[in-house]
Amino acid sequence: MVKIVNSPEGLEGQGFFATSFDKVIGLARANSLWPLPFATSCCGIEFMATMGPNYDLARFGSERMSFSPRQADLLIVAGTISKKLGPVLKKVYDQMAEPKWVLSVGACASSGGIFDTYSVLQGIDHVIPVDVYVPGCPPRPEQIIEGVLKIQELAKNESLRRRDSAEYKKMLESYNIEQQ
Amino acid sequence: MIELDLKRQNAAVSTETIDGQIATLNLGPTHPATHGIFQNILKVDGERIISAEQTIGYIHRAFEKLSERRPYNQITPITDRLNYCSSPINNIGWHMTVEKLIGAEMPKKVDYMRVIVMELARIADHLVCNSVIGVDTGALTGFTYMFQEREKIYDLYEEICGARLTTNVGRIGGFDRDFTPDFYSKLNAFLKEFPKRFDEFGSLLERNRIFMDRCVGAGPISADKALSYSFAGPNLRAAGVDYDVRVMKPYSSYEDFDFEIPIGSDGDTYDRFMVRQQEIRESLKIIQQALDNMPDGSYHADIPDFYLPPKEEVYSSMEALIYHFKIIMGETAIPKGEVYHSVEGGNGELGYYLVSDGGRTPYRLHFRRPCFIYYQAYPEMIKGALLSDAILTMSSMNVIAGELDA
Amino acid sequence: MPDFFENTRTIIEAVDDSASYSLDNWNEHNFIVSSDLLFDVIKALKENGYQYLIDLTGAHYPDTEYEYQVVYHVQNLIENLRVRIKVNLTTEKNEVSSIVDLYNAANWMERETFDFYGIIFTGHPNLKRILNLDDMDYHPMRKEYKLEDETRNDKSDKYFGR
Repeated sequence: MVKIVNSPEGLEGQGFFATSFDKVIGLARANSLWPLPFATSCCGIEFMATMGPNYDLARFGSERMSFSPRQADLLIVAGTISKKLGPVLKKVYDQMAEPKWVLSVGACASSGGIFDTYSVLQGIDHVIPVDVYVPGCPPRPEQIIEGVLKIQELAKNESLRRRDSAEYKKMLESYNIEQQ
Repeated sequence: MIELDLKRQNAAVSTETIDGQIATLNLGPTHPATHGIFQNILKVDGERIISAEQTIGYIHRAFEKLSERRPYNQITPITDRLNYCSSPINNIGWHMTVEKLIGAEMPKKVDYMRVIVMELARIADHLVCNSVIGVDTGALTGFTYMFQEREKIYDLYEEICGARLTTNVGRIGGFDRDFTPDFYSKLNAFLKEFPKRFDEFGSLLERNRIFMDRCVGAGPISADKALSYSFAGPNLRAAGVDYDVRVMKPYSSYEDFDFEIPIGSDGDTYDRFMVRQQEIRESLKIIQQALDNMPDGSYHADIPDFYLPPKEEVYSSMEALIYHFKIIMGETAIPKGEVYHSVEGGNGELGYYLVSDGGRTPYRLHFRRPCFIYYQAYPEMIKGALLSDAILTMSSMNVIAGELDA
Repeated sequence: MPDFFENTRTIIEAVDDSASYSLDNWNEHNFIVSSDLLFDVIKALKENGYQYLIDLTGAHYPDTEYEYQVVYHVQNLIENLRVRIKVNLTTEKNEVSSIVDLYNAANWMERETFDFYGIIFTGHPNLKRILNLDDMDYHPMRKEYKLEDETRNDKSDKYFGR
């Protein structure tokens, strides 16, 4: 069964449909997110299961894994990020074009998890801004899908001007990230 | 009868450079073709690799330092995250190390239960590796088939311990609960269905001309070199050395089982693939034997000083509460000394070198991680190979980042 | 098997007559050899069939007369015999010769041990950090260093109502 997303709210009549630009673009963005899997460890294996046939992330419009950051909308960070890898992650985030979202999968990416050690970054939000955190060590594929759905929700409802706003720029500045 | 020469000679290694142009190619740390996070700086002449320089440690999580701070029971979750494709082997290996230290004898039933769980884990591990080799040669179909089957193994894990990936299965001294009747019926169904599906997967790749053209002769290593690099597990056996910890130093009653050790001859990607394929079949045989001969008895050893009592009993019986408290607070005496115990993990000899000073936590715990040791042979294996073969070699070595960096 | 083991013991004692041997409670053969002769001991073992280096690691014992220990496990695959060779090193002289020439596998294991404990393996082709960042200024597995990440700020007492 093919399921098509509902059209956004708007004025509808015979032969016309009027709605705001925001909503149409949000709809398109939300349902065709191209994820960049930044899978490092255990959560990466669960992410593979999420992409696999049983859970099938493709059902939600995230069919195309983008392994190049330039053509990705959603950075999925799955797994431990060590201090050695932190700069790499930041670089990948830097290279992504706006608009971009970040999904932090698992306890390690979100907070360092059980690895409260000298070599592990205690949460990727020290390096890049995160939109949605998925708890679990590792999270089940259902949870990862839930996280992607939350990102879709964000993408759908985002104002077109948000990425130009002063708050957003300030937030990026606090991470020392230059806007592309 | 004509004997088919199925193995093609590896293309001659060119030593001349094209117009002396050598390019540097940065493969990693985050590259779609490297399954895990590690960097290789390759010097390439056209498509041929001249040299490779490796950088690892991108997900170094300080397991060993962490282990020095954790009571023995709490180290199990850390071992999960070593080779996360086959966590139960790591867990049980660790439990057996502690049991060796304290000199505990396990009932036969525990041994057999462990064998079932460990062999399931081995199947899951090899399935990931082999289906990913398929993906890297461009055959995604096998991956989708086998991941479906792997989910069934995860269902079995869930039936045993409630978790899918980081299983944390069992305890020091056995298991926390017996296998449920549901588990047995699911396992029987799996043993019935899986071989058919697996043979289908095998027929997709094992004698596939395209697949063989890609894999035969890619990333070979000789037996001498493999030994010198301390290869272990399927990778060593693919090179023709029949070293398997399950046979050489039997643990957990492996001596009771009748199984074969498949070996290869050239140590190339195809051999590694085939050895894993065969091992999956052998593992199924072992599981069947363990099921058929499952002894009666308790699912845990009678060592109240070390075996965590079931939670219900902790709340209802005084004895259990006392032991629970003693174990959690580290009041039980652990012998002083050092032990080395190894199990045959998904990637080979997974060793635990444990030094105990009698305290609540290990004084020193070192994991012998097979990946970490054999991955250093990678530059030598891909020297003179094509770039695409290098990717294939890496995936067929099954380098797991968690185990590599610890 | 015991005969073969006696043979091994003779080999080791022929190289290092001060080597001390003990059989521990777990039937493991332990030898403590002097750090100057380690290379020769391992070489003699390798020439006598111990062609598989299982493991190489270090340990830190700050309260003993020796401070560091390097532990080698080598195995004879044909006789299926494993021996453990240990070398004691002091703070002043935490050097032992590298065995990369004998076993290629020792390369990274020695680098890891250096990374963790700062033990110098003389003759190693490329002795630098492997797991940690190159600019790390201490050897984290030494007992005096803390496990935790110093940059965490959510551990202050006020979050726990203290």
